[in-house]
Amino acid sequence: MCWIPGYGGERYAPTRGKRDVTDTARRIPQDGTKSAAPLLRIRDLAVQFETRQGLARVLEGVNLDICRGEIAGLVGETGCGKSVLARSILRIIPQPPGRISQGRILLDGRDLLQLSAAQLRRVRGREISMIFQEPMTSLNPVFTVGNQMQEIVRLHQCMDRKEARAVCLDMLAQVNLPDAREILRKYPHELSGGMRQRVMIAMELSCHPRLLIADEPTTALDVTVQGQVLTILKTLAGRHQVSILLITHDMGVVAQLCDRVAVMYAGQIVEQAGVEHLFAHPAHPYTRGLIGAIPSLEGESALLQTIEGSVPPPTQVPPGCRFHPRCPHRFSPCSREVPPLEAIDSAHAVACHLFASRQGAQHGPAD
Amino acid sequence: MGILFYIVKRLLALVPVIIGVTLLVFIISHAIPGDPARMMAGQKASAQAVEHIRRSLGLDRPLPVQYVSYLGDLLRGHLGFSIRNQRPVIADLRDFFPATLELTLASMLLCVSVGLVLGIVSAIRRNRLSDHIIRIFSVVGVSTPVFWLGLMLLVLFYRNLGWLPGSGRIDISLSPPAHVTGLYVIDALLEGSWDKLRDVLAHLILPAFCLSSVYLAVITRIVRSSMIEVLGQDYVTTARANGLSEMRVVMKHAFKNSLIPTVTITGLSIGELLGGAVLTETIFAWPGMGKYVVDSIDFLDFPAIMGFTLLIALVYMLINLCVDVVYAFLNPQIRY
Repeated sequence: MCWIPGYGGERYAPTRGKRDVTDTARRIPQDGTKSAAPLLRIRDLAVQFETRQGLARVLEGVNLDICRGEIAGLVGETGCGKSVLARSILRIIPQPPGRISQGRILLDGRDLLQLSAAQLRRVRGREISMIFQEPMTSLNPVFTVGNQMQEIVRLHQCMDRKEARAVCLDMLAQVNLPDAREILRKYPHELSGGMRQRVMIAMELSCHPRLLIADEPTTALDVTVQGQVLTILKTLAGRHQVSILLITHDMGVVAQLCDRVAVMYAGQIVEQAGVEHLFAHPAHPYTRGLIGAIPSLEGESALLQTIEGSVPPPTQVPPGCRFHPRCPHRFSPCSREVPPLEAIDSAHAVACHLFASRQGAQHGPAD
Repeated sequence: MGILFYIVKRLLALVPVIIGVTLLVFIISHAIPGDPARMMAGQKASAQAVEHIRRSLGLDRPLPVQYVSYLGDLLRGHLGFSIRNQRPVIADLRDFFPATLELTLASMLLCVSVGLVLGIVSAIRRNRLSDHIIRIFSVVGVSTPVFWLGLMLLVLFYRNLGWLPGSGRIDISLSPPAHVTGLYVIDALLEGSWDKLRDVLAHLILPAFCLSSVYLAVITRIVRSSMIEVLGQDYVTTARANGLSEMRVVMKHAFKNSLIPTVTITGLSIGELLGGAVLTETIFAWPGMGKYVVDSIDFLDFPAIMGFTLLIALVYMLINLCVDVVYAFLNPQIRY
């Protein structure tokens, strides 16, 4: 299967492993399109921004695969490039100052980076759609919900007003919004944050996209509402057979929702694994730090664990492994060589010299 | 329903404002040293003759009495008689004000339409050549004195090129269109006379452009900056991420939002344009309020000054009422 970028691909030895999250199997379309090829493949993606402080290499050498019907998580600290990666897929990063300098983003083998503006518009909202972090600002304040939803539906599905309205009402009902007719007439400011985010989900799923990118969809919401929104997202993903790339910094959300997770640090993917595997056996020192930083009810220590230091600004990324200045296990090659993302297990890849095939044995983590 | 109630409320609120304006102008114009009765009678008139005129105009009565009787006249729709030419003030305003109003509205239209286009182009072509050119023009527009610009326009388009007429509202060989609104463009349209319409528009171009230059630049800059701000908003990203064309993103999703600050500036600038018309009217021999008001002030013609001030205050307030109503239309978060 396609757990790890490059599996069966060009860079790594093909390794076939069994899935450790059986839930995924149910979501894979059963209509004959079942194929091992991932829906979305990102290869060697690099994104740069011109800033006053110099060239910021926000993403570098990013490889990521998203399979059909799976919910893939992308976690990392604020400022590590998660949102830039998400926006690069739809090419909605501001250009300039941003620039996708390298790489390929293949949707079913079609490179999105090579599409013309018109071709790209037919992908946006129809094949890949996106939900943003701030439900308060991601709907236009001066148009009604109905106006905005119907605009998208009519754009992509060539419907008349009446049909589009029916689709919108159906979608609003699917996200459990009571009195959908009333909602269509309302302006965004008349809805609560949770309602707006559900409207966004309804809007973005209304054209049956194959991939939904959710950029921190619950970060701005109350904790009680977060759970509802995540449940809706998961239910609808199953019902509409849509893959989700869920971006978050909340490991709890990852555990609740995702099949597989990629950990990002300073613009690079440092580890990927099935979600249960990752929580049980984190490999990269950064991932171990992240998981260690989750407050636990059972733990004896009252102190919250933290990772020393902070993410380097993208204009001053350290040479070698980008995490090495903060890494408790660093050793000689870390500051010189960039560790490649390599499989250490059938469904587990990590970019760390500790696990590099040659030196790994003698320098394993202390525990 | 809500909006109608609001409009009625605002119209009622005009009453105390109008009374305040009359009181203020009454006090100021009477505090200025000078004697209109003496000016009317002439330097060599006898004291008795001056006194007679004073009494006939009612200027011998105590000020509060004069003020109350003015208000009483106002309620009956009388603005009194001009001390200078003995005509009812309202007749003078009816003769001169439409010309000023037409010039002001024409420049307003020019400011808003051209300013919107230039501002939007400038914002979506940010930091490219067209943006730089537009920004240079807007700096020049803001900083060019109106009298100089007016003269240069006359030299170029009237004297050298001979493309446009240089003075007045209509060619002397044509009779003005029948007075309905007093705005020649509309009257000519109502009369159905294309020759007159063409001539009236040709006369309007240079003064309107001259008067609009400053606010055209201001509005261009406001639209540019608000458009740039709006284009950075999340909902614009949402619209783009949903596959809407750039044209639709700008003209639907960004445009309506960026209009809100533009409308504010437009409402404020109408007052400035009405006042600023005086200079432009002088340059282009435009038969509007400008000269009439300056002469009235020279003559201490209280009824004329008060009538003019009241009219401007009224127009200004009505336009700002329109602005507030437009706000409610643009921004659903504003409900009255």
